[in-house]
Amino acid sequence: MSKDKSDYLINRKDNQYEVVIGLEVHAQVTSKSKLFSTSSTKFGAEPNTQVSLVDAAFPGMLPVINEFCVKQAIKTGIGLKAKINKRSVFDRKNYFYADLPQGYQISQFKDPIVGEGKVILDMPDGQKEVGIERLHLEQDAGKSIHDLDPKNTFVDLNRSGVALMEIVSKPDLRSPDEVNAYVKKLRSIMRYLGTCDGNMQEGSLRADVNISVRKKGTKEFGTRCEIKNVNSIKFMQMAIEYEANRQVDLLEEGQSIDQETRLFDTKKNETRSMRSKEDAHDYRYFPDPDLLPLEISDDFIEKLKLEIPELPDEKKKRFIEKFKVSPYEATILVSDNETSNYFENVIKKSDVKLATNWIIGELFAALNEKNLEITESPISAGNLSKLINLIKDGTISGKIAKTVFEHMMEGDKDPKKIVEEKGLKQESDPKALETLIDKVIDDNREKATEYKSGKVKLFGFFVGQVMKVSGGKANPQLVNEILKKKL
Amino acid sequence: MSDITKQSLSELIKNIKEKKISSTEVTKAFIERSEKSKKLNVYVTEDFSVAIDKAKKFDENPNLDLKLPGIPMAVKDLFCTKNVKTTAGSKILNNFIPPYESTVTQNIWNEGAILLGKLNCDEFAMGSSNETSYFGSVQNPIDKDLVPGGSSGGSSSAVAAQLTPITIGTDTGGSIRQPASFTGTVGLKPTYGSCSRYGIVAFASSLDQAGPMAQNVKDCALLHEVISSYDEKDSTSIDFKRNNYSKELTNNIKGKKIGIPKEYRVDGMPKEIEDLWKKGIDYVKDCGAEIIDISLPHTNYALPTYYIVAPAEASSNLARYDGVKYGFRATGENLIDMYEKTRSEGFGAEVQRRIMIGTYVLSSGYYDAYYLKAQKVRKLIKNDFDEAYKKVDAILTPSTPSSAFKIGEKTNDPVSMYLNDIFTVPVNLAGLPGISIPAGHDAKGYPLGLQIIGKAFDEQNILNIAYAMEEKINFKNKITDWWIK
Repeated sequence: MSKDKSDYLINRKDNQYEVVIGLEVHAQVTSKSKLFSTSSTKFGAEPNTQVSLVDAAFPGMLPVINEFCVKQAIKTGIGLKAKINKRSVFDRKNYFYADLPQGYQISQFKDPIVGEGKVILDMPDGQKEVGIERLHLEQDAGKSIHDLDPKNTFVDLNRSGVALMEIVSKPDLRSPDEVNAYVKKLRSIMRYLGTCDGNMQEGSLRADVNISVRKKGTKEFGTRCEIKNVNSIKFMQMAIEYEANRQVDLLEEGQSIDQETRLFDTKKNETRSMRSKEDAHDYRYFPDPDLLPLEISDDFIEKLKLEIPELPDEKKKRFIEKFKVSPYEATILVSDNETSNYFENVIKKSDVKLATNWIIGELFAALNEKNLEITESPISAGNLSKLINLIKDGTISGKIAKTVFEHMMEGDKDPKKIVEEKGLKQESDPKALETLIDKVIDDNREKATEYKSGKVKLFGFFVGQVMKVSGGKANPQLVNEILKKKL
Repeated sequence: MSDITKQSLSELIKNIKEKKISSTEVTKAFIERSEKSKKLNVYVTEDFSVAIDKAKKFDENPNLDLKLPGIPMAVKDLFCTKNVKTTAGSKILNNFIPPYESTVTQNIWNEGAILLGKLNCDEFAMGSSNETSYFGSVQNPIDKDLVPGGSSGGSSSAVAAQLTPITIGTDTGGSIRQPASFTGTVGLKPTYGSCSRYGIVAFASSLDQAGPMAQNVKDCALLHEVISSYDEKDSTSIDFKRNNYSKELTNNIKGKKIGIPKEYRVDGMPKEIEDLWKKGIDYVKDCGAEIIDISLPHTNYALPTYYIVAPAEASSNLARYDGVKYGFRATGENLIDMYEKTRSEGFGAEVQRRIMIGTYVLSSGYYDAYYLKAQKVRKLIKNDFDEAYKKVDAILTPSTPSSAFKIGEKTNDPVSMYLNDIFTVPVNLAGLPGISIPAGHDAKGYPLGLQIIGKAFDEQNILNIAYAMEEKINFKNKITDWWIK
């Protein structure tokens, strides 16, 4: 484990400032129904069509805990190598808002379901451990829609009561890059576990970002500001960049920083004060008397442990040990379950080294260009494997393979067929090549003489000519060998 | 049969089963008497014509195997009843018609009973005299301008005046037992977790319990048997073996050990209450039970503890009445203004007082000193009972420190009003069952009640003791029908 050697520092005159960041990530639990009701959680439904009497807080309606959501939270806790609390308590967080029908959010305050854990980040200069403070379960609120009518606000309660996991990190992050790596790693772990789909566009993953700055070398934390509800990694990074500089500027001017809640304006790329500490809500937390404390047995936890799949860190270790890929390559290959599955499927029948290069290189670039996920790849793992085998057994050259690959991206076609149809097969018959080479030498008599008299640089010229005449299909290795003999 | 409304529930069931009377006749009789009794102001919502239709339908094809075959009854307006307005005695729910039914009332309809209407109560069950209701105070049939107790005041008055053969109330700090005591009727507050809270407008979730109110112990036992059920929709509902309370009812309480807690001899308790208690002790002795002096040392702290816990929960439970989704909404300049106006106009003074107390005791900086401490004391109070129950099977106390008082007498003195619940509140804090039975009259001829407190889930035992005592006491309510011209 490397020590803190992040070199993200903010420089002003003689001073260097370090940025201290902690994240509260709100991850939507993957579940069919809500945390305390049976309504659906499906994204994209017509407003207010997935609302039960419990979600709309009708008189006398009572919450009943969804056991599946509890399991999901525990699994996530296990994935974060965290302590699972066998007794946790649901509290009410009281505040008024139009999209909060109960007038309180059911959350966990004092006794969360998951305690301290950790996440390992793979940074370019080595690994970094980020502490997890806690994970707790809570209800999401509904959605207020302010822009449909000039005077009125509309409320959509479809999200009201959906289960969220709030994952609170320790203030261990030191740069926008680390935040990027942290959120991605968290997302990756939860996607492996199937506990959160991590879909940021649909709001399944959002974060409150706590930021403070301090002079390099200082031990105490500075006063922090919290930036609420940032819904993309890019915006998190932009917000941190802006906010850290704002705080440093204040300190440089001899001013102090007010502890406050701020909003990030994505259009203006700046953070704005939302409310100060004095205006902070008094949420009047107290245990929800409608729900009993959540008691979990060892047996329950042990059974869930059996359902935990191989997680990115373990998988990475296995890839490095078993397949001899580099740590860098392994990190990329295990970044999500789908990619690692794809990789493992390709290498079932083909060369690991070539597979790694083709997946990380050509395939990722091509998918990126078309804005596709690996699961949407036009090239199946089986066909990529065939392509690699065609290279390996000399049927086609690496260069030709790229042409074949391009054809494959158009639609998942068997590379062998493409090679046949397009006549791209590599020419590896020595007799045919000899004929070809003889002709090239014949056509370039003068150059051949020059070469023989010592101008060895001209060898490349002859190779190029042979390849050109063969339409790129000549086996380069054989061409080399025969040319050397003939010249 | 001219005296249908004078019959007890058991008699009505017997007569319906023997086809001596029809459900329609019974229903019409209670409706007719109710029509003549508007002065009592027990009904918030009458559902009479629908009730007659239902009774007729029942008579067409009567299922006489049910426990409440064709029996009409009115219920406290805190129970949500499908398609029938449910107000909780508040302006803020004055237009609220639930599209669902509470589990307790559903259990009742499943046994063949028919809804007559919704009974007046203190607003959100906050009160001990039914005077906080938005729909006006209720008259106690015992005497003019006398409160019927509260919060289930419409219920106690309706049963005592024989406008409904039985009813259900809710009891958070005494809201069934105190009004039963004030009207000479029987009221049972079951063990917490015995009756589902699903569909009951919440006051204080950790204390609220629905329970039966009746003219006698046997009727009370039968109704309890119907409403007590395990319900998955209420996470605090408890799955325990429930008795056939009416079938298993016995007056044989020989050898039962009855505890008399010395701490219930409070300062300033009227002599007639003290005498009543002594008489009660004699009655149980007559029945062959053994009297044992016990101590419940933290009794003194019960009322202050209650007035922290209950308002705290209420302040949060009532946050949903904000004018956004249902119920009364005042017009406002913006969201906050709408909230403020809706809640200022929609809630009455007592409800607002308790919301403020509750908000205060939960506030940061006060939470530990009030709410947390109250929870600790609550534990001590429960421990007191646990200790006592190592020695005794049940506990006998007065139900209230006085008989019914006049309307308006205590409205400006909330503390004196709160003191009404001094004997009933500890039972809610400990989650135990308690029953109030009429045991005598004071000098004015007003009824007085005695309370029997049981172990958790031991409703059968306290019903048996009440049944045995009832026989000895032979109480007769002095009701003159003064309100009927």
